Amino acid sequence: MLLSMEHLRKEYPNGKIAVDDFNLEVDRGEFISFIGTSGSGKTTTMRMINRMLHQTSGTIKIDGKDISKMDPVKLRRSIGYVIQNIGLMPHMTIQENIEIVPKLLGWSKEKRAEQAKKMIDLAQLPAEMLNRYPGELSGGQQQRIGVVRALAADQEIILMDEPFGALDPITRESLQDLVKHLQEDLGKTFIFVTHDMDEALHLSTRVVIMSHGKQVQVDTPENILRHPADEFVTNLIGEERLIRAQPNILSVSQIMLKNPAAITPEKTLDDAIDLMHERRVDTLLVTDTDGVLQGYVDLDDINRITDATTPVSRFTNKEVFYVQANALIGDTVDRILKQGVKNVPVVDAKKHLVGIVTRTALVDIVYDALRGAPASDEQPASPINADIHAAATHEGGESSQ
Amino acid sequence: MIHFLQVYGMQLIDKTGQHLYISAAALILGIIVAVPLGILLTRMKHGANAVITLAGVLQTIPAMALLAMMIPIFGIGSTPAIVALFIYSLLPILRNTYLGMEGVSPAVRDAAKGMGMTWWQSMIRAEIPLAAPVIMSGIRLSATYVIAWATLASYIGAGGLGDFIFNGLNLYRSDLILGGSIPVILLALLVDYLLGKLENTVTPRQLR
Repeated sequence: MLLSMEHLRKEYPNGKIAVDDFNLEVDRGEFISFIGTSGSGKTTTMRMINRMLHQTSGTIKIDGKDISKMDPVKLRRSIGYVIQNIGLMPHMTIQENIEIVPKLLGWSKEKRAEQAKKMIDLAQLPAEMLNRYPGELSGGQQQRIGVVRALAADQEIILMDEPFGALDPITRESLQDLVKHLQEDLGKTFIFVTHDMDEALHLSTRVVIMSHGKQVQVDTPENILRHPADEFVTNLIGEERLIRAQPNILSVSQIMLKNPAAITPEKTLDDAIDLMHERRVDTLLVTDTDGVLQGYVDLDDINRITDATTPVSRFTNKEVFYVQANALIGDTVDRILKQGVKNVPVVDAKKHLVGIVTRTALVDIVYDALRGAPASDEQPASPINADIHAAATHEGGESSQ
Repeated sequence: MIHFLQVYGMQLIDKTGQHLYISAAALILGIIVAVPLGILLTRMKHGANAVITLAGVLQTIPAMALLAMMIPIFGIGSTPAIVALFIYSLLPILRNTYLGMEGVSPAVRDAAKGMGMTWWQSMIRAEIPLAAPVIMSGIRLSATYVIAWATLASYIGAGGLGDFIFNGLNLYRSDLILGGSIPVILLALLVDYLLGKLENTVTPRQLR
């Protein structure tokens, strides 16, 4: 465990509790976002990690060492720090800025210059910029320097306090790509404070949602979208985003219709026709007695057979396209739609038939994701209700077949 | 004029030297005290106003009265004059140092500390260089004041170009008055110009 925070609490002399019982374990290479409304304690928590603030109680350990027993100056030199207002020294050149921490650590001039060159490459900026002053660079370029400066002394943990808040959306996106690259390819660990939910969901391996100094939910972006802990989280994420995210967080099992019309192979043609009539469908799925999917029978195939006692196994179409129940819709929807089939059987890991997905239900999901809102107001937005919504559509679609 | 220089030339150089000595000593003392004090004031939220007000009050004491008050403490000669002028030099330097340090962006301070600079490193490498232009303009202002007021120092026997002026007043000799005043004016302008150059040098390229 690279960083662990236990029972952190910060209380100001005026009695205001900024952080209350904060617990978090961070592994090497993680990207943790702290998100919440202003005053939720996210910045306060982050600033305790490099001892810019001191907790009232609780412990923070880095590599198992209690930071309150370390020299704060040494500690800060070992942790990258990027702030919203960039914080480049306006009277120093870009090179001098990048070299600040290496210089504090007493690196030789040559080694520092080499590192500055490496860092400006990392920032994807031309090397000539090293001799310029921050004021001669655009805001986005300055913050690129701000980001790589935090890595210049090979810091492992980088703290970022709303670093891209003041940038325009396009610049922000390119900087997000930069930090994502630093995390994924260089294995740096990021603690990232933001109020931008898209940014948090896009970058993080885990998101810490905070409100009034307390952790409301700590989980991966997928799980937060799938199961928002409470109404506060739902509101913070926003309905729009939940709907958009559906293809990526809803699994096939959540939109499938359970108990599909199925028949076993030893049954006869008569039985099959009766079942189709009873369930009002034109296709039956064939499963063995254990419920393992074998194939399907189609009304068109049946029409060509005259003997009513022919067993189902004789006209079972074995080439059946199916999907796994736990697959994400986003991953399977393309395949399903391209197959051109009306219905797709859903199986579990052992190929037991568990349900069926209709083309209509899928099209609705895709449509919602593209439009970002349900087609009408009655259609609910949360994933749980989308279940019902999909099932209802399924019924409607079937009756018209 | 040539006649004046022929008669008083040597004396003029001598007095200018004294004048410069008194002014420089007072100014340097002022810098030594006021700059650190001004920095210190930015660290204590309370009391800053009180100290600056006190320096302002000292500034309002009439120059003659202040010089006269120095005699019982330091006697006559250049010492009481230097102390009195030092007191006058405090306010502009103190106020500008305070304002200059306050004007350093909190983001810079936060970044400096967050990157692991000690208090001292943050001062030397970040905050003082950024506040330097404002501090320098305070020093410049003080220098001009001190040079002008140093003429009064001759009143308590400190010498300087004021000797010419006081002699001229006593003897109704306008050439002596002018002979004292013009060098003082030139000296003030020259020092102001030189310190202006220096101010430009200490101003970070990007902030000019």
